[in-house]
Amino acid sequence: MSRADVISLLYIVAFSLFIVGLRMLRGPRTAVRGNQIAAVGMAIAVGATLAQPGVGDWLLIVIGVAIGVAVGVPAARSVKMTAMPQMVALFNGVGGGAVALIAVVEFRAADVELPLDALIPLLFAAIVGSISFWGSNVAFLKLQELMKGSIRTPPAVNGALLLIAVALAVVIAAGSESELLFWLILLSAGALGVLAVVPIGGADMPVVISTLNAFTGLSAAAAGIALDNTALIVAGMLVGASGSILTKQMADAMNRSIANVFFAGVGTGATSALAAAGGGGTARSTSAADVAIQLSYARLVVVVPGYGMAVAQAQRAVADLATELEKRGVEVLYAIHPVAGRMPGHMNVLLAEADVPYDRLKEMDDINGEFARTDVSLVIGANDVTNPAARTESGSPIYGMPILDVDKSASVIVLKRSMSSGFAGIDNPLFYDPKTAMLFGDAKSSVADILTEVQAL
Amino acid sequence: MDLLTELAILVLAAFVGFEVISKVPNTLHTPLMSGTNAIHGIVVLGGLILIGHVDGVLNDVLLVVAIAFGTINVIGGFLVTDRMLGMFKGKKPDEPR
Repeated sequence: MSRADVISLLYIVAFSLFIVGLRMLRGPRTAVRGNQIAAVGMAIAVGATLAQPGVGDWLLIVIGVAIGVAVGVPAARSVKMTAMPQMVALFNGVGGGAVALIAVVEFRAADVELPLDALIPLLFAAIVGSISFWGSNVAFLKLQELMKGSIRTPPAVNGALLLIAVALAVVIAAGSESELLFWLILLSAGALGVLAVVPIGGADMPVVISTLNAFTGLSAAAAGIALDNTALIVAGMLVGASGSILTKQMADAMNRSIANVFFAGVGTGATSALAAAGGGGTARSTSAADVAIQLSYARLVVVVPGYGMAVAQAQRAVADLATELEKRGVEVLYAIHPVAGRMPGHMNVLLAEADVPYDRLKEMDDINGEFARTDVSLVIGANDVTNPAARTESGSPIYGMPILDVDKSASVIVLKRSMSSGFAGIDNPLFYDPKTAMLFGDAKSSVADILTEVQAL
Repeated sequence: MDLLTELAILVLAAFVGFEVISKVPNTLHTPLMSGTNAIHGIVVLGGLILIGHVDGVLNDVLLVVAIAFGTINVIGGFLVTDRMLGMFKGKKPDEPR
């Protein structure tokens, strides 16, 4: 068996381990091991690659890897769980950047004209990798709140940029060896990545991040075809497929199409008439002491966390309150909307960090049947995902979006900073429901106050 | 390897990806994302393969950056996923405080 055969076999072992590892992500109990198995697969793939004939320039390889380790390890070790969406965006971005750079070098370094079956995937990798790199970096800046403004360029501009990138790619595929054109492709694709993500805010981020993740995966698979590397093809495509599914699930959870997320603004003015129509009622405000009494004498309390909980860093206080209530015989469950937070599954990670057992975290379909027997729903920093207008107001921008049916529980307590409307910029009739009481203030201190009152009972 | 074989691998991998991932519960979507994120860091292989075959300072610099990027993606992705998954617990621990 030749050395090339052994390397090919090792690649097969490596991508098998990726698949086995991903399969094990189905349950929290096996997931840790699954991630480790995938990491072993990666180590095997890298090892096999380094054993390839012709791999050289060891000093440069060591420098590159050393820089990567020096940046990646401390970042991964120290990142706060609330900052996880921007960290994932950043890691995703550098992956896309790596694809784009590799594509450029492969094009520059080819002594003979590349055959079309390598050149086309290479151009695809360059375009998609560049979109992913720039888009992810903008997503990072927005999530980190380093970039606040948002300019919505007309879709025609974004379409034109894509068209330019593709047209230049066609020119190169047709035989041009101009390196400048290749850089221009990266440039126009990068501009498209920036302009596509800049206008997207807050609640749409779960869709954006998983789309960009899928993009990087696809570009890696394309690079794999260009470089004749099976490990790259399989691993890249696995990610491309998983990212696409997640994107679809997130968009479905908001009852919007992916195109709608990227090309149409929500809450950009057109909804003001509706907000005025809904805002007729008066909201009832309550005190921490009252909430404490209600919670302590409940049988079932359902906590509905939203991004507001993450912003206030209230997850540990919430977990402490739950523990205190459980000591008094109250059952506490958590209702997690698929798009709560800034990335898919964001709330689950925050609550897991606060030692909430995962069997208390209920998905929307499982918990919605439970609200009828719920004594108190405690909504913490969530808004649109509880808005009954999604069921009833056909004119509402969130009409049709599946929501958590908190309004079916016996009483609702909403912890909120103020009466301002949520991300979608629409009024929430839930707040004016007679069985709803509002507790205004910072979520963390409100929850801490409730806890103190419960302990004093 | 010819293009058609590679396309066959690509399509099969896509179906495997769909199958494997659609069973992952919402609870684990964040670790799933960062785990798959780490896996696409495999592009670092491209950098490792090319760097021995190319000449010129610019090519070398671009590839060193690509390798550094890929390494950040792989190492950071797996570590962060491991950290997150370690937090998911079935039962409350016996009050270590």
